[in-house]
Amino acid sequence: MVVDHVEKHYGQFHALKDVSLTVHRGEVVVVIGPSGSGKSTLCRTINRLETFTTGSIRIDGDELPQEGKELAALRADVGMVFQSFNLFAHLTVLDNVTLGPIKVKHQSKADAERAAKVLLDRVGVGEQADKLPAQLSGGQQQRVAIARALAMNPKVMLFDEPTSALDPEMINEVLDVMVGLAQDGMTMVVVTHEMGFARKAADRVVFMADGQIVEESTPEEFFTNAQSARAKDFLSKLITH
Amino acid sequence: MGIITDNLDLWGEMIVGTLLLFFAGGTLALILGTIVGAMRVSPIPIARGVGAFYVNTVRNTPLTLVFFAFAFALPPLLGLRLTGAVSITLAICALGIYTATYVAETIRSGINTVPVGQAEAARAIGLTFGQVMRFVVLPQAFRSVIPPMMSVFIALLKNTTVAAGFSIANLGSVRAYLSERGENQFVAILWVMAIFVALVLLLSWAQQTFERRWKVAR
Repeated sequence: MVVDHVEKHYGQFHALKDVSLTVHRGEVVVVIGPSGSGKSTLCRTINRLETFTTGSIRIDGDELPQEGKELAALRADVGMVFQSFNLFAHLTVLDNVTLGPIKVKHQSKADAERAAKVLLDRVGVGEQADKLPAQLSGGQQQRVAIARALAMNPKVMLFDEPTSALDPEMINEVLDVMVGLAQDGMTMVVVTHEMGFARKAADRVVFMADGQIVEESTPEEFFTNAQSARAKDFLSKLITH
Repeated sequence: MGIITDNLDLWGEMIVGTLLLFFAGGTLALILGTIVGAMRVSPIPIARGVGAFYVNTVRNTPLTLVFFAFAFALPPLLGLRLTGAVSITLAICALGIYTATYVAETIRSGINTVPVGQAEAARAIGLTFGQVMRFVVLPQAFRSVIPPMMSVFIALLKNTTVAAGFSIANLGSVRAYLSERGENQFVAILWVMAIFVALVLLLSWAQQTFERRWKVAR
């Protein structure tokens, strides 16, 4: 996946400034940085939930289409996990996971349900398949959301602060699932404040501030020997807490 | 009671007329209104424009004028002969097209109650705009607008009486027929009122049933 010189403006506000990022197959890239630095915007731009002003984004060489059916098809290849879970409130957990495979990939209901049950077991919520999202805890909902994204067999998974809305004791159950995915070779872009996850699972850490990529390096290098003043400042604030 | 039992044929015909106008007009309004409501939130500017134009013109036209258009202006244009079946179809269209604007606005307000994240998550798994609406947004929007939607349908039920002015048999015209048969008009009107109250209570009961069954768990 190649993000090439992407610029984005919200009116006067320059949200992304000449952002370029290449993510290779099987790579786990963690994006960190202070609030308002454009991390989430970048994540949402990659599957075009946000438009961008100039630049290009390619996945497996295919340019992101503007709108319509081609865009929908491409989005199916990019799994997305949101901070606020966004499970479909009127559907059961199982139906949440099978909706995409049935309607977008045209799988039969039986096939989709079989695959969905395997995925739900894998993220540890197989028992909850017939419940509505509101009956689950935050951590369980987020794991269902991960299963829903995985059900589309995406080429890359985007995580937009997946644990920021969770109670501390639920964060780990979600991170464990994500570490498992990373170990299975999934290509991942993860926006997070969980430095432990970055150290453990990331191949590369990207530090963003003020809409720009300030620094890119291995987790080891970044956490022990950050180059830029901005990153040093950010890290010093984390450690003192 | 004699006014009912002595004229059962008339009452029966009139109630059937009212129910036909209500159910056929209501079905048309629901389908058309849902489409227009979805158009008004669509990403395509032309669809939004057409939807807004339709709602703003038809909703702001008095229902009697809409009926005039369908009863007198349209038939010569289309070369229609006004047989009974044609008249009632035109009346159903007038009611449906008029009520659809209210349905559209009610649906649109319902769509606005569905959190943006629901549509984003649906788009993120590759659903098209139409699928996002059909499978994720509208089912939730409908549930949140049952009470105002029922008010729209209660208004429709009462608006069916306007058709009486255009020689369509329904409860609104029963008084005129009964007075020809020498019945007391005041009593006739009281009975019509009672029947409308009963019909509206039935609708309210349906509303409560839907609300219970389709409660949105958030």
